Amino acid sequence: MSQQPPAVELSGITKTFPGVVANDDVHLAVRAGEIHAVVGENGAGKSTLMKICYGMLRPDRGTIRIDGREVHFRSPKDAIAAGIGMVHQHFMLASNLTVLENVVLGSEPARGGWIAFEEARRRIRELSETYGMPLDPDRRVEDLAVGERQRVEIIKVLFRGARTLILDEPTAVLVPQEVEELFRNLRELAARGVTIIFISHKLDEVLEIADTITVIRGGRTVATVRPDEVDAHRLAVLMVGAELPTPETREATVTEHVALAVRGLGVRIEERWALEDVSFEIRRGEIVGVAGVEGNGQRELVEALMGLRRPDAGTIELEGLDVTGWPTRRRREAGLGYIPEDRHVWGLLLPSPLWENAMLGHQTEPPFARGAFVDRAGAHARTVEIVRDYHVVTPGPDTPALALSGGNQQKFIVGREMAASPKVLIAAQPTRGIDVGAQAAVWEQIRAARAAGLALLLISADLEELIGLSDTLHVIYRGRFVARLDPSRVTPEELGSYMTGAREAATA
Amino acid sequence: MRRWRTRLLWLLVPVSALALAFLVSSIALAAIGASPPEAFRSMLRYGIRPTSLVSMANRAVPLYVAGLAVAIGFKMNLFNIGVEGQYRIAALLSAAVGAAVALPPVLHVALIMLVAMAVGAAWAGIAGVLKVKRGVHEVVATIMLNFVATGLGAYLLANHLRKPRVGSELLIATRPIPPSGQLPPLLVTAGEDLRSFILIAAVLGVLVYVLVWRTRFGYDLRASGINPTAAQASGVDPNRMIVTTMLISGAMAGLIGMSDLFGYFHAYTLDFPTGLGFDGIAVALVGLNHPVGIAVAALLFGWVDRAAQILDLEGIPKEVIVITKGVIILSVVVAYEVVRRLVQVAEVKAAAEETRRLEAEREPAAV
Repeated sequence: MSQQPPAVELSGITKTFPGVVANDDVHLAVRAGEIHAVVGENGAGKSTLMKICYGMLRPDRGTIRIDGREVHFRSPKDAIAAGIGMVHQHFMLASNLTVLENVVLGSEPARGGWIAFEEARRRIRELSETYGMPLDPDRRVEDLAVGERQRVEIIKVLFRGARTLILDEPTAVLVPQEVEELFRNLRELAARGVTIIFISHKLDEVLEIADTITVIRGGRTVATVRPDEVDAHRLAVLMVGAELPTPETREATVTEHVALAVRGLGVRIEERWALEDVSFEIRRGEIVGVAGVEGNGQRELVEALMGLRRPDAGTIELEGLDVTGWPTRRRREAGLGYIPEDRHVWGLLLPSPLWENAMLGHQTEPPFARGAFVDRAGAHARTVEIVRDYHVVTPGPDTPALALSGGNQQKFIVGREMAASPKVLIAAQPTRGIDVGAQAAVWEQIRAARAAGLALLLISADLEELIGLSDTLHVIYRGRFVARLDPSRVTPEELGSYMTGAREAATA
Repeated sequence: MRRWRTRLLWLLVPVSALALAFLVSSIALAAIGASPPEAFRSMLRYGIRPTSLVSMANRAVPLYVAGLAVAIGFKMNLFNIGVEGQYRIAALLSAAVGAAVALPPVLHVALIMLVAMAVGAAWAGIAGVLKVKRGVHEVVATIMLNFVATGLGAYLLANHLRKPRVGSELLIATRPIPPSGQLPPLLVTAGEDLRSFILIAAVLGVLVYVLVWRTRFGYDLRASGINPTAAQASGVDPNRMIVTTMLISGAMAGLIGMSDLFGYFHAYTLDFPTGLGFDGIAVALVGLNHPVGIAVAALLFGWVDRAAQILDLEGIPKEVIVITKGVIILSVVVAYEVVRRLVQVAEVKAAAEETRRLEAEREPAAV
């Protein structure tokens, strides 16, 4: 077999972050001119792997070979020089500039100190004709549709001489027709020798477009298959793991008392309903799970419930009170707790000491406040309790939050919310990005709180977590609750097919 | 021991800033043909005379109040560049009201201060409301309002609030405030008297400390400055916070002119010092937005201003001192950032070590 070496070959890649092993001995070999899909759940390590491949992160161990030669990328610049280009999920375009200006931005072809726009325009036309991607270099990016903007990103990468394209969840932002168009473009590119690495968690799309599929789970490569060898069912099992969690037998704690009732909730963003006609109830002692591919309205749901965004339709009732028009603070004081999806953005004051972080969201109530003043002693005492009861490893309450590892930060947030004894807790991705030990601890605390009568809304991308913890499971797809399932009977594949819209609305 | 190392690190900020300012000023002095050691020696000699120290304190007080006004905004990342305009318009209107009423001594002073605070707050509040309702950046709005304040003030003074001219007197001023609306000097010296507003300024410093570091409001304010999204999720209404902070900052700005009004001019005149609002930004930066630091910075700037006056007598343009002040500001800002990062790295490292130690202790117990 005197085959040519793979266009891109990653072997033994390992990357750890404090408290998390993001990639653990990952192997990936991509042939020149093929479309190679990398699939896995959120948090499986796809993004880390691609960042390593594009020089944004350096692996702790392992080697990268391009066309058989070993390379060491120190920055994306090195990767670009080696012919690797990346199309990010979130476009990095200046919308007030033209296509031409965006394409040359950062690698302007210069002629004696002047930008050679004519030459660039000619090359863009060439590229767009060669690969069948119609694009007018002189239109402003802000006038383009999303699919066209993506084309600009692709052309931009090709303009820099890339022979290998990494596309990070490229279909996440597209409507179905645009997806078809993209797939046509990708096939054309591959046919002309461009190598494509396609990152996704949408199984039907992967099966349609890829020549080879590599599945990543828990930071490891678990299989490399051809699409004709598998079906969506088999892929889902590979992605989630064969050892599906056995829904443990546990006493039902669900009561009749409705703690949170949501009726017809809708959120409109620009002209589109990002959340539409969502209704559900959570009773005391019940965990209601929401499964869905990220970006299907979960964020809008959380923001509407927390009072961070005014809903355009529907009502929210907390313990029988209509709180739809209430500001966030009043809702929190009425017993609404919040474990945010991104703790650094929504949950912590990183440079502040832990005791000030313990107050966050509860600063108007004892033991944190006495009249108009901050009760420092009370806040310190509560912080010590949280650290002790929720096994947060830290030198003390005066340590700044940023000095804690991700897992300990998360345990601290969970402790902070639980310690305030909320009536309803909104938990978004409560165990994302933390190590297994911390994850188990958080699950245990959630179960204990449920037994104590907490009503909990669990929004997660981790199917194991959802199936294992929830009493009732809803699937959110394109802003709607499309299915209500019994977690003790549902399989991950079923769940997956609802999440990707492959199966239509049903109630189990 | 680690705590001491951190403290020494922080001490580096003022020390390095002063050393650098000294060095750059020497170069500037030498460049214009003056002898740097000679110039510094005469500044020092002149600067430690008792009259100079009183003058330093009198100069420092308005700077201190201006620094407090700016720092309150800075604490939530709100840049009130309009302190100057708020101060000028508040001084004018409060002086006019003070001259128009007759009240017992303490009440009279209190009323003038209240009017000044209300006017300053209202002027700053415009920028706050514009930001919240129309998304106008507060830097743009407050700078523009400075121009409006200058124009409006000049118009009001010239056409409505001016004291009737007596004989050939050229001074343009409001009517004088009667003695009940003045503050007697705290200390009478042969040269300049020490103005008693310094005591009120000290109280203001304590109030700001308590407000920002000890109250729930202050917690919300600092949280909004550190992480606005997390603050919002915790229940802080960002719009309300912006307007409230602007009002408080503006009220404080309104008090900048009070020391001069109560203790020296007793009327708003065209001789009122200008640029105090902008100097306040520098003082807040150098003082790291903390009342104690701001006091030190205000005294330093007051002293440098006063001591530089001797340079003119020695035939050296005292504008050289502007360079000194500029270098101090720049180097404090840079040194502060450098030290902050060093301390942060040290803290993270210490916490990581501690974590490892604690985990190692726990492990054998678990087995």
